[in-house]
Amino acid sequence: MELFVFVVAAAMVLGGAVGVVVRSHPVHAALSLVLTLFGVAVLFIAQDAHFLAAVQVIVYAGAIVVLFLFVIMLLGVDNAEDLHVEPFKVQRPVASVVGAGLMVLIGTAIIVSRKAAVPPSPQSQAVQDAALDPHDGNIKALARDLFSDHVLAFELTSVLLVIAVVATVLLARKPRPGELTVESKAGGR
Amino acid sequence: MFAVDSLLDGITVFSTQFLVVLIKVVVIFVVGLVGTMLMVWFERKVIAYMQNRVGPDKAGPKGLLQTLADGIKLFFKEDLIPEKSDRFVFKLAPYLAFVPAFLVWSVIPLGGDFSNGKDGTVSILGKATKLQLADPPVGVLLLLALSSVAVYGIMLAGWSSGSKYPLLGSVRASAQMVSYEAALGLSLATVILIAGTLSTSGIVAAQSSFTRWHVVATGVLPFIIFLLAATAELNRPPFDLVEAEQELVGGFNTEYSSIRFALFFLAEFMNTITMSGVIVTLFFGGPQPLKIFGNANVLSFLGPFSGTVWMLLKVMVFLYIYVWFRATLPRLRYDQLMNLGWKLLIPLSLGWFMLIAVFRVGSDKGWSQTERYVAVAIGIAVMFAGAGLLRLATRVSARNREREGAMF
Repeated sequence: MELFVFVVAAAMVLGGAVGVVVRSHPVHAALSLVLTLFGVAVLFIAQDAHFLAAVQVIVYAGAIVVLFLFVIMLLGVDNAEDLHVEPFKVQRPVASVVGAGLMVLIGTAIIVSRKAAVPPSPQSQAVQDAALDPHDGNIKALARDLFSDHVLAFELTSVLLVIAVVATVLLARKPRPGELTVESKAGGR
Repeated sequence: MFAVDSLLDGITVFSTQFLVVLIKVVVIFVVGLVGTMLMVWFERKVIAYMQNRVGPDKAGPKGLLQTLADGIKLFFKEDLIPEKSDRFVFKLAPYLAFVPAFLVWSVIPLGGDFSNGKDGTVSILGKATKLQLADPPVGVLLLLALSSVAVYGIMLAGWSSGSKYPLLGSVRASAQMVSYEAALGLSLATVILIAGTLSTSGIVAAQSSFTRWHVVATGVLPFIIFLLAATAELNRPPFDLVEAEQELVGGFNTEYSSIRFALFFLAEFMNTITMSGVIVTLFFGGPQPLKIFGNANVLSFLGPFSGTVWMLLKVMVFLYIYVWFRATLPRLRYDQLMNLGWKLLIPLSLGWFMLIAVFRVGSDKGWSQTERYVAVAIGIAVMFAGAGLLRLATRVSARNREREGAMF
């Protein structure tokens, strides 16, 4: 059963990932991304991480990809981008080098972790037991961790989001005639 | 592996557990479809009487079979696909709208015995089970996830039609649904805070008497916000800008015909029923009996079915309210819709959430009565200060826009 779920979900993830790269139409690519995200959510559920799965669907599939689609629809991106025009010359060689490097890193990580199976420390064992309690334990363990040990990182993330919102409002604002804007201050156009 | 239901432990095909799950799936599927059919009839009939008409009365007794007749007619109509459409997405979109509407049913407790702290289990064929298809620990989050997935159906339907009006309709719809999801989630968070659990059966079990129903326990306001936001999520009047006939022909489903159109139509009505079910589950105790006078369950003579009957009665009330909304309220303008969502509902639900959180901390720490009053007074003062600042900000921006000569 577990193997079956894994195979189906992995096929969803990989098929979606290939689709994102291969499909020439941006909307189709975005939909393939949704397929990948759902596959990952299924894998989360198979690992008893229900909360992560729900958040995965709500945040990634429900908000981020919807935003992608929104931008694609409003800007009306053409059916096929012309691949021969390269806006940024070194992009492709750099991308292939980085991609290859990432493959090597992930491959090494898998091989190394297979060799050295770390025995769980007693403290993390307790956290795991709490997390595997079928009734809300998962969520409670996560919340306790998030709001005690990692509360600073959590708050900093929210500050980051607020900064992003404020910056967006500032950039999107129409300047009044005669008013200094971000661009003119920066000495641009 | 799936810690969703103890019933599923060690399940094999052709075992009794499998049979029970199968029965639940089939019953929910059939009841969902028949319920949707009746809902269409109910809405047409009630609106007709409110407008001093008779409504459908030819097919079957009181026109009950009218929806069936319409469905059969739709099935046999020509299935058109516009030339400029994106064929794959065009065919996919109706299912993306329909499936989430159905899946919500799986986490709503449809009955069961919650009296005296029981957790709503009943026994079917000798197996203890809950009267809901699944009771995942993240039950309520699943509702939010499904409502955010439901955006895809409408969005892609409008885009893939390759035509102007559906595209406009779908952009409106997705903007509206994404905006109101925030208010929906925040008002829902107050319920979670009071109930202390995310699972739907746990939320129902927490509402054991009228004063503990979340509509009372959270102070009515989250319920009102949830009702408004849910109506906007459903794209029902007065928030049905998605299909504003005068402006957009038919909205996102203009280019659809035959069975695909029927799927959108079904999804819309099924969403109305499921959303009523969600409201009843979250705020009105789900299958819990209404106990204002003493401790007696008025419907106790129905035995094990009393929970289901209570649920049905409560859902009916909300279905009527939705029809009533449609018959009485004029449609909002687009800027009014966005103002209501962003400038009123979201700040209000956020402020109320903070207030409830203060209460929760107070009860956890065992604050005295005066400490609680002080905390609440501070909370209310902060809310008013926030509201004042927000009002100032909107006024400044409105004045700026007026100077630039914007219309509204």
